[in-house]
This record gives sequence, structure tokens and C-alpha cells, in this order.
Amino acid sequence: MYDIKAYYEAESVEEAARLLAEKPNLKLIAGGTDVLIKMHGGQLEEAELLSLRKIKSLENIHVRDDGTVAIGAMATFSVIFHNAMLKKLIPVLTEAAVSMGGPQIRNIATIGGNVCNGATSADSASSLFALNARLKLQDEKGERVVPIREFYLGPGKVALNPGEILTEILIAPEDYLGFGGQYIKFAMREAMDIATLGVAAVCKVENGNFAEVRIGLGVAGPTPLRCLEAEEYARGKKITAETLKEIGKLAVRSTKARTSWRASKEYREHLVEELTQRALKTAVVNAGGAEVV
Amino acid sequence: MFKRIAFTVNGKAYDFEVDVRESLLEVLRNHLGLTGAKQGCGVGECGACSVLIDGVPHDTCIFLAVWADGKDIRTIEGVAGINGELSQVQQAFVEEGAIQCGFCTPGLVLTTTALKESGKDYTREELKRELSGHLCRCTGYQNIAKAAEKSLEGHICTCEDSPHYKGAII
Repeated sequence: MYDIKAYYEAESVEEAARLLAEKPNLKLIAGGTDVLIKMHGGQLEEAELLSLRKIKSLENIHVRDDGTVAIGAMATFSVIFHNAMLKKLIPVLTEAAVSMGGPQIRNIATIGGNVCNGATSADSASSLFALNARLKLQDEKGERVVPIREFYLGPGKVALNPGEILTEILIAPEDYLGFGGQYIKFAMREAMDIATLGVAAVCKVENGNFAEVRIGLGVAGPTPLRCLEAEEYARGKKITAETLKEIGKLAVRSTKARTSWRASKEYREHLVEELTQRALKTAVVNAGGAEVV
Repeated sequence: MFKRIAFTVNGKAYDFEVDVRESLLEVLRNHLGLTGAKQGCGVGECGACSVLIDGVPHDTCIFLAVWADGKDIRTIEGVAGINGELSQVQQAFVEEGAIQCGFCTPGLVLTTTALKESGKDYTREELKRELSGHLCRCTGYQNIAKAAEKSLEGHICTCEDSPHYKGAII
């Protein structure tokens, strides 16, 4: 049995926000694949849970009139992977979704939970960083939108104020239209594994040059991160093997990799340099550019 | 703290109070006596506790019992016919020798059943991916993969290099 002291469930975001305002100790639970594991391991005791599972409106995935893709926080990884519209518009995200856990985990784990858990290894995070995703947070008083880069504060720490609930993940049209992308998860096993490194690269190509490049990395530092120096360098450069090589080198400079039992700092840095190039190479083709040989 | 839930298991309706601390696995095994689902790792990695919830495979060790409210659940006990005749998937597992100690078998049979009933096409790689949430510690994966392919045989399997492949369905 789990160490649960109290259990509440809300049927609407407003009800959840009200409950959360009344009882600030409540711990939000979505798919439970992080929260219940923490309880199993004794890292979370006498939990007072507030379940979001009955709030159907949070499972919605749609494109707004202005082209913004809005993904409900309670959309599961399976739902995201199988969503035909997302697969067409933002395949880099659906590929990241199917790399997470195994089928049963993907059938219940939610993208909102993955983000709010604050792990650098979150499979959705590197893609969401590369896509400049914005997060809609709601509390009893209203809502605010924050860029995902400002949301991750440290390992397991996110900028969710007391009383706030992540309701939607937003991706603006200017951040995905015309872009090609690629996500590479590097892990020891092909299923049920946590990434040793995650690389998401998206780019826009114009006349054989990089119009724009964005690179999101997971497990290359205490939080997911972007490679701004490499991205700045890439802008306007001719797409050649040399350019890619330099981007790979510069990408390492944005990282703060550490040695863990999964891999050493040096190995991770090597992976960043190599996999950034490989991801970008495929992203170029996906963006309609010529293959770099 | 208790909560009243109503759900069906293998077609039978239940309506009773569950302890909010319990997992669905505990309710199935301890209250309903359905011990086909096993407790393996307890953290959603091994798949031994898998059952179908509204037709979709879930790990019940990390599924709170209260979440079963309103759900239709199918366990391995509900797979065979009324008179105990094996389902096509079960039969394929027997024929291919896809069972050693049997601990992972209920979950694998259920996931394969869900794939079969989905009516979708699967390549061999997709099939492997869909079964990857079940760990077989006897490591009998080859025969399990064969049994899964056989289960989907002629019906939806598009694994052209499979010995069970009988041509594309038009």
C-alpha cells in the first residue's frame, strides 16, 4: 500500500485550483509514474494527493486559429505519439514521446507530469526546449504563461508557484512552421531506459544556409538546456560538414555535464558533440535541405 | 480513507469501497482473488502486473485502485472462452513454447490480445516495441516474438520476413 494520508480528485481545473488554494500541502498527481515511484522509494511520505485524472479538458490537443499548437498537460505520451496532427506538424515531439519508458508507461504518463517533475532526463523536455514551448499555469486567481527555459530551476525544481497547475503546453507557429527536426535519445537499452543524453535539434533552411537552428539537450546539465552559442554561430552559415562540426564543438560549451553512474562527464560531452551533429544532419533533410555528406 | 468505486472486471460488475492507499494490483489479487497479474518490480518496469484497462495495457502496481472507477478491466482470467477453451493468442503462446517460468506470460498475452484486437497493422519492429514493456527473466524473447507474430497472423501481421506471413491484407 502507498503511504497516502488523504486523496482528493477534481473534475475541473477551477475546482483543482480552489482545492489547492485551500490546502497548500496537496501534491498533484497526474499519471503517477513519478509520484507513486517516489512513494514506493520512501521519498514521499504521508502524501495528501490531488488527482487531476478526472479533468478531461486537460487531455485536449488542438491547433488554435493563430496556428499555435496547444497540448493539454494530461495528454499521455501514447496519445501524443498517435496524434496524427502532431506527427505531421511537430514530428520531433512525437518521436521524443515514443522514446519514453515502455508502452504501459506511455499509456498513463502525461507530458505535463514529465515537465513538472523537473528531471533533466525528461524525454519531452529537450524537444520542448528546442521548440521554444511556453507553459500555461493556472491558479485560483488566474493564469500566466512562462517560457519553458524559465520553468526549470534545478534538478527536480520547477517554477510552479504554490497553488499553480500546469494546464497547457503551447508551441507558436513561428517556432515550428517550416522547421525540420530530429530527436536522438542515447541510452543503454532501446526501451524502459532513462536517457544518458537526449538531443533535439530543429532548423530552418534557406538556399543551402541555416536560417535558424535551435538545439535542446537533456542530461547535459542539471536541467534541460539550449545551446545558444552554437545556435548563434549557425545562423546564416552555409550547411556543410565543417559547419556542423563547429556547431557540435560549440554545443559542448553550453553544457554542464557531470559524471554519474550512467556515464562520465567526458563521455557525455563526446555524445553532445557527436549527436548534435547527427541530429542536425537529419533535421536539415527533414527541413527540405540537401543531405550533408 | 476509503472511496467507493464501480467498475467491471472480465465482464462482471463490482461496486465497493477501496482503501485510497491500495493499488489496482492489490485489489485484483487480494480482494477479487485474481492472481494472474503478478507483483514483479513494483515500479512499473517489468510489466508482470499488466492488465487491460478499457482495452489498453497498464501496469497495475502503479495504478491506484480508485482510478479504476468507471473502467472496464480485463485480466488474464478473462481471456479464455466460457468453457475454458484457449484464445487464439493463448494457443499461439502454447504452440510456440513461449512460456518458461510463466511469470511474464499473463501480461504478454494481454498486451498481445490488445494488439490483435486493435485491428491495426504492425511491422516486426513495431511489434517488438509494443511488447517492450514486459521483461522475461527466462529471456525467452524469440519464442515470445514468434507467438505474438503468430497471434497476428494472416489477420494483421505485415512482417514480410516472418514464417507466419501469408500476404498483405487488401
